[in-house]
Amino acid sequence: MEDASLIACPHCDLMQRIPEVEPGASVRCPRCDKELWRHREDSFNRTFALTLASLILYIIANSVPMLGLTAVGHEAFTTVIGGAQQLWKDGQQIVAVLVMFVAVISPGLQIGFLMLVLLGCLRERPPAWVGLLLRHIPFTRTWSMIEVMLIGVLVALTKIADYATVIPGIALFSLFALVFLLASMQSCFDPREVWSRIEWAEPEASTIKSKQYSK
Amino acid sequence: MSTSTPTAMQEGLQSCPDCGLLSRPASGAEEGRCPRCDEELVFRKKKSLQRTIAFLAAAAVCYIPANLLPVMTTVTSAGRESDTIMQGVVLLWSPTGWPLSLIVLFASIMIPSAKIVGLIHLVISVKRGSIRNNIQRIRLYRTIDIIGRWSMVDVFVGTFTVALIQLQPLMSVEPGPGLLFFAAVVVLTMMAVESFDPRLIWDSENSKETGKEVQHA
Repeated sequence: MEDASLIACPHCDLMQRIPEVEPGASVRCPRCDKELWRHREDSFNRTFALTLASLILYIIANSVPMLGLTAVGHEAFTTVIGGAQQLWKDGQQIVAVLVMFVAVISPGLQIGFLMLVLLGCLRERPPAWVGLLLRHIPFTRTWSMIEVMLIGVLVALTKIADYATVIPGIALFSLFALVFLLASMQSCFDPREVWSRIEWAEPEASTIKSKQYSK
Repeated sequence: MSTSTPTAMQEGLQSCPDCGLLSRPASGAEEGRCPRCDEELVFRKKKSLQRTIAFLAAAAVCYIPANLLPVMTTVTSAGRESDTIMQGVVLLWSPTGWPLSLIVLFASIMIPSAKIVGLIHLVISVKRGSIRNNIQRIRLYRTIDIIGRWSMVDVFVGTFTVALIQLQPLMSVEPGPGLLFFAAVVVLTMMAVESFDPRLIWDSENSKETGKEVQHA
């Protein structure tokens, strides 16, 4: 079989071998200090639990009101999606789509992809579609910005508090918890472990390559 | 670093950006496919510097209207009042609100401009084949990568202020044209970071050690 412990650092291209380290320890590139691998303890079970919890909170956070407001007899509530809808109505369609993407769609994909990857890993040899989803998780992670949104909401609340009474909704607390769950979900997950077990796109290539290395 | 530890490119090996597997492209070919996850393989990101510069230039152009045009307009019976990003920072400044005001100042004004300047520095130093301060430069790249998303704060402030303050006819808030340009700056700078290949920082050093010319893929 080919040698998966031989890798090139993604930040400086230095070739090196990843040694086996004890759980909790991490391997760093000697030249640029990039973390190459961290040996997570009980990665699968912990990630699965955190992903399931994130999924439940995600559904709550996007189905109940996030913020309410009362002023001079008026009462108004909004959800995260409602915020994007109002922008759309006011003629800012592009920004509305962007807000929808980074606050709702990307976090949803991030949780969904990881959940499917973990389910696929229940098989001894995860099928190739697991790899396809796994490849796109970094993208969903880059564009999922719930923590940034919460700071934005906090600033908006401070501004509005001058004019009206603000009522925090259940979704606001769910989102707050979701920020921490998503962060721990990602840090418990060990993509390297999944890649090492996955079914290859070109099954015959694994044997050819071992010959190349020995040359 | 010692010459005994070469880079993957010097060995003619391509590292998969997604799964990390090293593989050798068919002889003479510049591009390959990862046999494990089927992703396209290149030695270095395609047209990395050109793409980074293009996104940066677009971001710099959008940066001007983003700061000059209003991001929010408050409509009351007394009239309309428009606020730019900087006016928002000033309005937020109060004995209790100043920490949030500082966050917005950092996220909306300082981070976008620092990102543009920092990336220009990285592009120029790579173009000149600099071998100095590699560690500092890779740290700069990582910092830009991590803090970039926080510029989005003001887009969310706008979104939820507009969504909540709809108390017609007393008072309502509408999004302004500056919001679109500001969002564009954030997205374009994030794409510029994504296009930049950090391995280019080290390539001049690699070629100096071995005496071989760096081949840009």
